[in-house]
Amino acid sequence: MYTRQNTAIKGSAADRLFIAFVYAMLVLVLALVLFPLIYVISASFSSPGAVVRGAVWLLPVEPTLKGYEAVFKYPKIMTGFYNSFIYMISGTALNLVMTMLCAYPLSRKEFKGRGVIGKLLVFTMYFSGGMVPTYMVVQKLGLVDTRLAMILPVALSVWNVILCRTYIMSTIPDALYEAASIDGSSPFGFMMQVVVPLSAPILAVLALYYGISHWNTYFNALIYLNSAALQPLQIVLREILVQNKIDPTMIADVRELSEKQGLTDLLKYSVIVVASVPVMCVYPFVQKYFVTGVMVGAVKG
Amino acid sequence: MSTPSPLLQGSRRNRIKSSNWQFWAIIALPLLYVAVFLYAPMGGIAMAFVDYSPRRGIFGSPFVGFKWFNQYLTTPSGLSTIANTLRIGIYSLLAGFPIPILLAIGINEVNSRKFKKTVQMVTYAPYFISVVVMVGMLMQFTDLRLGIINRLIAASGGKPINFFGSAAIFPHLYVWSGIWQTMGYSSILYLAALSGVSKELQEAAIVDGATRLKRIWHVDLPEISSTLIIMLIFSIGSIMSVGFEKVYLMQNALNTRSSEIISTFVYKVGLQNGNYSFSTAVGLFNSLVGFVLLVGVNRLSRKLTDTSVW
Repeated sequence: MYTRQNTAIKGSAADRLFIAFVYAMLVLVLALVLFPLIYVISASFSSPGAVVRGAVWLLPVEPTLKGYEAVFKYPKIMTGFYNSFIYMISGTALNLVMTMLCAYPLSRKEFKGRGVIGKLLVFTMYFSGGMVPTYMVVQKLGLVDTRLAMILPVALSVWNVILCRTYIMSTIPDALYEAASIDGSSPFGFMMQVVVPLSAPILAVLALYYGISHWNTYFNALIYLNSAALQPLQIVLREILVQNKIDPTMIADVRELSEKQGLTDLLKYSVIVVASVPVMCVYPFVQKYFVTGVMVGAVKG
Repeated sequence: MSTPSPLLQGSRRNRIKSSNWQFWAIIALPLLYVAVFLYAPMGGIAMAFVDYSPRRGIFGSPFVGFKWFNQYLTTPSGLSTIANTLRIGIYSLLAGFPIPILLAIGINEVNSRKFKKTVQMVTYAPYFISVVVMVGMLMQFTDLRLGIINRLIAASGGKPINFFGSAAIFPHLYVWSGIWQTMGYSSILYLAALSGVSKELQEAAIVDGATRLKRIWHVDLPEISSTLIIMLIFSIGSIMSVGFEKVYLMQNALNTRSSEIISTFVYKVGLQNGNYSFSTAVGLFNSLVGFVLLVGVNRLSRKLTDTSVW
């Protein structure tokens, strides 16, 4: 009895030390993740002068909205925004329809050919034609430098089809299908009346995945689009943030060189915030579903 | 009673037949997509074995066998792209694989629900930042004069470092910014696995006087080992598929010695310089090696641990 109590006390002391260590590490992680985010937001609200002096450390210095003013006066950014919204909304809508059309038949045991099609799909996850052959197909179809080039080549993601199929198979019991087919419901009718409404949670997750990938990608625009009028936001961001190509006419009304430099830097911080806002806005609402999505994928293993 | 009438059997077969036709109709559009955008490009792989000219087409161009593969695998510039890809891929694996697991274990040990939710919410967030913004932020932070990192170095009396202008720093910059961005997202899966560890096993270990650390080592980790192994198989299998998007954005003339990887090379040779055949050959080499790696690791794992992806 005596010795046992002793080890219990020793154990709890070690545990307390361990837990303190865990908390310390997590607080450190929290700080490391948060600091860059806070810094960008703070810098975006500071004055051009403060940014160019390097006076911003954590909180905004001489708060102004000049950076945001510059963002909204920059026509290219606004065109990019407009284009990205078009690609995201039409692309995601097509993605959801295509994913459901593909996942539902694959979820039904009655569908002969489900095995073969499943294997054909999975193979493409591990092997592809590559960059140049894919480009040539898109080119042959006459899609280069059209809006469709941003939507059709990514109309479906095989991984998301598997996610959706797994969800349908694990949530919609066979008995429901049998009952419906005895009642004379066709496979198509069953999909529209039962599967789609019951799959709302997974469709929300997929909309998030697809939507974010449309919003964030730049690669397809880089290789398929030439016209300035069609460029999505990420390509404009690349010019401003990475290639440092900033239209000088935009800041022509600023005379002093140092302030000009300050404003271009400030513009960068503000445009980072503006470009990330749409994604960050939906994030808290779908976070719950989002975790479900990862777990459905895990079930498949 | 037990034998259905021939009439019923017939109608049933008819129903199944007709519904099968409907399934094909439903899946027709996705199949068309798969055929056109995923399988048709595979036919284009034939370009890797000919000296392609657009005028003659793939099958009218002269056959050259393995000429492009030889050219790639015997020139220093080709071989260095393999070395760079492997360096970045292996470094990403060694640093990027354990950290999300440690994070998940840490979050799992926390008792306060509020703190737990906060850590999760915050660490998932960077995953949603686009590559372009990510690289843009890195460039702002490491700017020679105005970047906060160099200002901190200057304030503590050091010399400013040109992070983006150094081939030696490039892998670190790439890997650690990636960890910053994805560790939270990657930890979700492990957290889900940890939440499935049986409470009875935990309690039994507590009764036996095991400390928390011992419980993690002897209960949690063995319980989630199949998840760990499957994720490890995928991670090793993807060593060769270092993403194009981020590396291409981070590249410049000063760091290209360590930043030119296979996929950026494929892009430059093929779509920028128009050497379609050479580029296709290099791309094919990359996917084949990646595919073989994944299959090999999977097979090895099945032998050693009885766990495999397929």
